[in-house]
Amino acid sequence: MGSAPAISPFVIFLASIFTSNMVLSNFLGMCSFISVSSEYKTATGLGKAVLLVMVFTTVINWLLYHYVMVPLGLDYLRYLLFIIVIAATVQIIEMFLDRYLTDLHMKLGIFLPLITVNCAILGISLFMIIRSYSFLQTVLFGIGSGLGWWLAIAALAAIREKMAGNELPPGLAGPAITFIITGIMALAFVGFSGIFMVM
Amino acid sequence: MTVLFTVLSLSVLATVLAGLVSLADFRLNNYGVCTIDINDGSRRFEVKGGSSLLSTLASQKVFIPSACGGKATCGLCKVTMLESVGPILPTEEPYISEKEREAGVRLACQVKVKQDLKIKIPEELFNIKQYRTRVAEIVQLTHDIKQFRFELLEPKTIDFKAGQYIQIDSKPYDKVREAVSRAYSISSVPSEKNIVELIIRLVPGGICTTFMHEHVSEGDEITFAGPFGDFYLRDGADELIFIAGGSGLAPIRSLVLDILEKNLDKKMKFFFGAVRRRDLYYVDFFQELERKYSNFEYIPALSGAAPEDEWEGETGLITDVVARHVPDGVNRQAYLCGSPGMINACVNVLTKIGFDRSAIFFDEF
Repeated sequence: MGSAPAISPFVIFLASIFTSNMVLSNFLGMCSFISVSSEYKTATGLGKAVLLVMVFTTVINWLLYHYVMVPLGLDYLRYLLFIIVIAATVQIIEMFLDRYLTDLHMKLGIFLPLITVNCAILGISLFMIIRSYSFLQTVLFGIGSGLGWWLAIAALAAIREKMAGNELPPGLAGPAITFIITGIMALAFVGFSGIFMVM
Repeated sequence: MTVLFTVLSLSVLATVLAGLVSLADFRLNNYGVCTIDINDGSRRFEVKGGSSLLSTLASQKVFIPSACGGKATCGLCKVTMLESVGPILPTEEPYISEKEREAGVRLACQVKVKQDLKIKIPEELFNIKQYRTRVAEIVQLTHDIKQFRFELLEPKTIDFKAGQYIQIDSKPYDKVREAVSRAYSISSVPSEKNIVELIIRLVPGGICTTFMHEHVSEGDEITFAGPFGDFYLRDGADELIFIAGGSGLAPIRSLVLDILEKNLDKKMKFFFGAVRRRDLYYVDFFQELERKYSNFEYIPALSGAAPEDEWEGETGLITDVVARHVPDGVNRQAYLCGSPGMINACVNVLTKIGFDRSAIFFDEF
């Protein structure tokens, strides 16, 4: 299983929210981050869905990797297999929510299929392997990264809502200004570094 | 060896996952038999749950109007739920007003049948049937507009109000593997009960218009459902202003012919907007009507006439032409059919002239 790094899972949890935030320091999951962040309400909806899927897929992928792929020597297939697992997991989660947690499904319903192709989800599965996290570390890494992504998109959406009425030069309107905001937010998040050390 | 092993293990894993998904689908998406009660017991169906209300009703031969085929983009398939089935979805929000929301209105394509349902739909929807037809004649009207004449095979007659539309089911062709259903206004008169005529413009990349233009020939069998829509003649005005562009001529033709046939005491002005002369059609037909009936006036207008068009009629945007010919909104109604852009512009101009919003009727596409 390789030797897991000697970092407290709790530190990994906090670090993945703040210092090594999936969006703001790794720039993963940008497509939905940019396009679904014009309204705070929808953005938090997507944030919650990402959190949910992230936790499930990291756990399933971790177990699959260590108990199936490594013993069979299929390590090199991990990109492919992780993607397939993510796609299947999302579908099953969606059906499960539709049946048993109807209210939650109403809120997340349209976002779940979108998440299958969110690179943050694949990224986190690959990171946990590269960094050879233990199971507990992986779980908290998943929860932390999900919360971090949610925090980032919620903050961005709040900012965009605030400035929705402002007049911008035509070339800057839409995605362009969103990228600039994201950059400034990323700079602000750099301020957290030094508080927790990971990697 | 490695290759073989890779392929094999990938397939095994994919199969396991696919199995899990279908198992989940079978276990979780299985809602057993549900009862749908329409209009307080006027109809009752026992159906298999798990699909959308729209398609479930269609399988029971109750056709709710839907122009987009269940993608929540047209907002037409409204039904009233008499017992709540949960909060309205974000996909429905743009189409349902505050008032409708309180009344329990939902889009049938977004409601999944999971339990017994009690719903209310307008009685006249029961008049909607699925028709098996044969294409009797295809006429090329302009470079991108064709007229289709359908002979009804089963049922043999249709009852509709002039201005209403039907929905054609396309069949898969070439690389398009899905069958879609799209709405087209009827251009023939209601008194011809055995035939239906449609005017269809070829939309580049349009699934159903491409199907109709390039993959349907005379003699083919086509099915459609109808009639739908609330774009028909209302009481309360002596003069009617019709404005159309492109294939929007279809319902207007039906309305005008119906009114003339019934000898209704109405003055009519029909404005038809096109860009070039080659976009005009049915010109002789309407000019003939103009000569025959003193209460009908036909005003075609070109917005981009070139010298070689040798055009002596009205020019300019259709909104300007209308403003020149219509003094005010007193005792007048307006019926518009065309692109959303044209309709918006016309509604603006008409309200400026003095038309009340409730005296303007339109059919957007």
